[in-house]
Amino acid sequence: MANDIDLQDLRVAVTGGTSGLGLALVRLLTGRGARVAFVARGAQTVRHIAGATGAVGIVGDVGNKHDTYPVAMQITGNLGGLDALINNASALGPTPLALLADTQCEELEQALAVNLIGPFRLTKALFGALAASAGAGRGAVVINISSDAAVNAYSCWGAYGASKAALRHMTAIWAEEAKMERISFLSLDPGDMDTPLHALAIPDADPTTLKRPDRAAMEIVTALLAALPNYAVRAVAEQQ
Amino acid sequence: MDNHRLDRSPAKLLAVDANGAVRHLPRTRLSSVFSAGDLIVANDAATLPASLVGHHCASREPIEVRLAAWVSHHNLREFAAIAFGSGDHSTRTEDRSPPPPLAPGDRLSLGPLTAVIERLLDHPRLFRLRLSCDSATILAGLAQHGRPIQYAHIPEPLALWDVWTRIAADPIAFEAPSAGFAFDWRTLAAWRQRGICFTTLTHAAGISSTGDPALDARLPFDEPYHIPERTAAAIAHARSRGARIIAIGTSVVRALESAADAVGSIPPGHGIARGRIGRQTPLRTVDALLTGVHQTGDSHFELLRAFASDAVLATVSEAFRAWDYQPHEFGDSLLIERQRRARHQA
Repeated sequence: MANDIDLQDLRVAVTGGTSGLGLALVRLLTGRGARVAFVARGAQTVRHIAGATGAVGIVGDVGNKHDTYPVAMQITGNLGGLDALINNASALGPTPLALLADTQCEELEQALAVNLIGPFRLTKALFGALAASAGAGRGAVVINISSDAAVNAYSCWGAYGASKAALRHMTAIWAEEAKMERISFLSLDPGDMDTPLHALAIPDADPTTLKRPDRAAMEIVTALLAALPNYAVRAVAEQQ
Repeated sequence: MDNHRLDRSPAKLLAVDANGAVRHLPRTRLSSVFSAGDLIVANDAATLPASLVGHHCASREPIEVRLAAWVSHHNLREFAAIAFGSGDHSTRTEDRSPPPPLAPGDRLSLGPLTAVIERLLDHPRLFRLRLSCDSATILAGLAQHGRPIQYAHIPEPLALWDVWTRIAADPIAFEAPSAGFAFDWRTLAAWRQRGICFTTLTHAAGISSTGDPALDARLPFDEPYHIPERTAAAIAHARSRGARIIAIGTSVVRALESAADAVGSIPPGHGIARGRIGRQTPLRTVDALLTGVHQTGDSHFELLRAFASDAVLATVSEAFRAWDYQPHEFGDSLLIERQRRARHQA
């Protein structure tokens, strides 16, 4: 992404926006002038990040269906519409990581609630707003944050991997269905990053071997802009 | 209940053509009354949780405040609102107890939000209220504490997912633009395949009933709307080829007929729909209306008089009664074409 692209006309929502990749996305997008709303569970942290970045902080739990529409209303009400939704909030499942045969059913259900059903619900609630943006010629894109665990069968990553695999496939199906409404759906794997989630999964990992979240955020925003006609045209023009 | 009431079986549709002929259909056959080239216009407003319970600070009496209209577009700090006393939606609005006496300067504690009554609007239950925090805090307070406005005919509490149509986008309506429950994304795809055109506008549908005859006579309140450029262009294109323009919901009729100039052209942009549409209103743009089942006397039914004569509407009312059409916002539907005679009069 070119460093000087001004994003002040862009309206983006990010779930899980107070740590790791989500926080890096909020910082990057607000730093370029985009209008950003982020969602996270902790009221105090949400207030702190909102104050520090200028983004709109929304307290809500992606894994709780009763929060979905109230969160959606706050996103579109605050931003005046929505061009891009980044479903980033993720749950690891059991920690420490566990073999499937040792995983509690409730732990799998929680991973599915946050990693699959939450993004489904929020995307569905915001589909009208995204369609309105697409219809107005602004484009619209949903980015679901995936993982290599969605593709590869890693021992002890059952709850997380199964939920991310389902999310990845749901994204592919929705991408086909939403072509009629001109809404893009992308499943993006940011790679192994130095984040709290990764530390929770692999506490003894060497952080120097892991990708920095701000680099992953840059790659995701580049893909996001490429999916929006106004910015894709500009990016091509700047490359020439 | 995240299934929208359109899934209940089997919703009915009464279709009235331009000659006043009436026929009954299952609503699943709605598309059969549209033709290739028709332009369907729907309201994509999402619905606010506009009912707030709390108490009147001076008297400590319980109060339900229903946000009823915008004072200025997208200004979340000021609303026109109505109030009830104790009780909830399960009591008919006509039978609800009145709020404690209200006066300018009174504070209302509404969950996480505190409102101040700025002034009464010529009625003891209708007033302008002010919220003093920023927009994000107000939206968070509404999200946390507000409930959709609802009426006694549906006893179970509604959630936001019950009152957002499939196309709900900008949350500016106080009550659901409920005609939009008649279609979903699959319907839109089917229309597109058949060459039936579809577009949207955004209209802040206001409160539909207060339970007070004097207040109901003042409905609908002024309602802001926005007509996107693509919608204005689609309407111009449809008119240029003589295609029908079909409004999904009375709010779309109000927006389009408010925006229309003398020859029926629609400029894009923001506007405010004022006053009632009725028998004397010439329809300049809309050719047909899909709406719910309304009863004689309410403002939605009176709007139908712009489309059809009293005789035709009497036939419609009789058909509703004889065939047990369900009248509420999740009920059955009416599609009515502007009558040929009415068109000539206009």
